[in-house]
Amino acid sequence: MFSFIVSRILQALPVMFVVSLISFAMFAYVGDPVAIMLGQDFTEAQRVALVRDLGLDEPFFVQFAKFVGNAMQGEFGLSYRLSRPVAELIAERAPATLELAFSAALISLAVGVPMGIYTGLFRHSWLSRFLLTFSLVGVSLPTFLIGILLILVFSVWLGWLPSFGRGDVVRIGWWSSGFFTVSGLKAMILPAITLGLLQLTLIMRLVRSEMMEVLRTDYIKFARARGLPNRAIYFGHALKNTLVPVITIAGLQLGSIIAFAIVTETVFQWPGMGLLFIQSVGAADIPVMAAYLMLIAVVFVTINLIVDLLYYAVDPRLRTGRGAGH
Amino acid sequence: MSLLQVKNLRVEFPTRRGTLVALDDVSFEIAPGEVLGVVGESGAGKSMTGAAIIGLLEPPGRIASGEILLEGRRIDNLPYEKMRRIRGREIGTIFQDPLTTLNPLYTIGRQLVETITTHLPVGPGEAREKAIGWLELVGIPAARERIDSYPHEFSGGMRQRVVIALALCAEPKLIVADEPTTALDVSIQAQVIAMLKTLAREKGTAMMLVTHDMGVIAETADRVAVMYAGRISEIGPVRQLVRHARHPYSQGLMGSIPPLDRRVERLQQIDGAMPRLSAIPRGCAFNPRCPRVFDRCLVERPELMDAGTTRASCWLYAEGAPA
Ligand SMILES: Nc1ncnc2c1ncn2[C@@H]1O[C@H](COP(=O)(O)OP(=O)(O)OP(=O)(O)O)[C@@H](O)[C@H]1O
Ligand code: SF4
Ligand SMILES: [Mg+2]
Repeated sequence: MFSFIVSRILQALPVMFVVSLISFAMFAYVGDPVAIMLGQDFTEAQRVALVRDLGLDEPFFVQFAKFVGNAMQGEFGLSYRLSRPVAELIAERAPATLELAFSAALISLAVGVPMGIYTGLFRHSWLSRFLLTFSLVGVSLPTFLIGILLILVFSVWLGWLPSFGRGDVVRIGWWSSGFFTVSGLKAMILPAITLGLLQLTLIMRLVRSEMMEVLRTDYIKFARARGLPNRAIYFGHALKNTLVPVITIAGLQLGSIIAFAIVTETVFQWPGMGLLFIQSVGAADIPVMAAYLMLIAVVFVTINLIVDLLYYAVDPRLRTGRGAGH
Repeated sequence: MSLLQVKNLRVEFPTRRGTLVALDDVSFEIAPGEVLGVVGESGAGKSMTGAAIIGLLEPPGRIASGEILLEGRRIDNLPYEKMRRIRGREIGTIFQDPLTTLNPLYTIGRQLVETITTHLPVGPGEAREKAIGWLELVGIPAARERIDSYPHEFSGGMRQRVVIALALCAEPKLIVADEPTTALDVSIQAQVIAMLKTLAREKGTAMMLVTHDMGVIAETADRVAVMYAGRISEIGPVRQLVRHARHPYSQGLMGSIPPLDRRVERLQQIDGAMPRLSAIPRGCAFNPRCPRVFDRCLVERPELMDAGTTRASCWLYAEGAPA
């Protein structure tokens, strides 16, 4: 178990190395931070001092080593645009994005899995056909369009839900949460649906095809031949086997939900990391962009690890050597 | 009274290009405690017969006509829920491939306990004790320790023993065993069959045993049914049928059978192939391959008729047949 985790972390190292190299390369080759930070009027002495402050006069590998060393301590320097520590900016914005991603993932699982089961079991029913058609829409409409349509209907026409922002938040330590106020929850609904819709339809289709696949297996036929009730067959034997691949995909999608939050956050002016990233791109604020990239990579790697551990928990065939896993 | 009666069973598969008749006019009976061996080439309809009996034909397959009776009650037209209670409880089933018939994510104990508690009025604790008892009966060593193991922790032969325990654990009166040892290593096939036979005899369980292994038939079955192209071509007591088959097809099948105490692996090949369901010839389905075919065989279809010690569907045993 322990060696399993260690080996997974070792496997993730090359990925992290490449991502940090790319992030760092942005410093070296994209934009000129000195020019951006100094503005219009400056003396040569100010410029040289700033170059030294930023460490830009050192050799490439020294700069890279420093960058990685700092990054490991969560230290990404100052934002060019806001002149505040990047780590502080990200910590400020992370709760908004994570709460949004969590809500979107929750919606996509809580709705997508039952819809997938239903359409897999009752393939020819009227409702199944409707849901499948509806899911095609979900897959083919771009996220920003869905967001704008939702705003149009629920904010502009009906006036039920806010069209932008996070509503009121409650502070819990450094974390700011929108889950504990009515306006926070209301503000969450449209962005979470927008962000989760694509995943919802993907999960529904995945669960459906897995369910159909599993229902054709010999062990399901044997379960029927043993006279087990349908409830036990569908929601015990079949569902559990269906969930094995669903866990992987759902896990990977949680990663992409966080990454793709950029679009949704922009549409809804959601004060999260994605919006911060877009604003940083506009201002060539490299430290923020680099930190964001690295963070997304860490999120993906972590989620992958969790997915593998879940696999391990669900599928006894992976737990070789009994006792070790208990 | 017979335990199982199958009367004029006809199973059809509606397809885009017309209706395929997978089983036609299949009739046989199994007495309590009796073992009926079922043989025939691949595609003859052996598995289909088993599926029809347990009410699990794959859609769009359906019983078009005929009756299936268990202890005199019709079971072919029962609603799903009633039939479900018969499956496992009164008719147990053993599938061919033990590597795929057990749910990989549940322990064997859980699968046994759920089967027992589904059908018998016992609590989980008692069911677990029964499960351990069954595992011992089918020859799983250290059953009490191994009951919480997952299927992948057993060898193929051991898994098939677990499958047999699952088929028997609600004490059905009839077992449908569809090639229960075909997927197993040759060296353990005999042990598993012997165990199955002994258990069935001890419990008084009747069995429909589908197999390609004539040695198994000879050692295990009381009576044999030979199937060809969805029909029964001959049925009778095992000794007579193996030694003195009447139907030309059975004669071909048995032709190369060595004395009963020796084993052969596959049925002997008869020249030609069994017709596809969409192209079953008029008259006797076997006529294109039959060495003794005569004019009547080409136009009229033979039904099962007395042929000395067995019953055969062959015009040779009707009045006025050529000598
Ligand atoms: N879904 C289906 N649609 C149409 N025909 C089918 C279908 N399933 C099976 N059949 C046909 O029904 C016939 C009987 O098949 P069955 O599986 O009972 O043969 P079998 O005697 O068990 O053969 P084997 O020894 O290979 O197991 C075969 O000709 C097969 O092609
Ligand atoms: S009925 Fe005719 S063709 Fe068919 S098996 Fe008998 S002799 Fe051969
Ligand atoms: Mg078969």
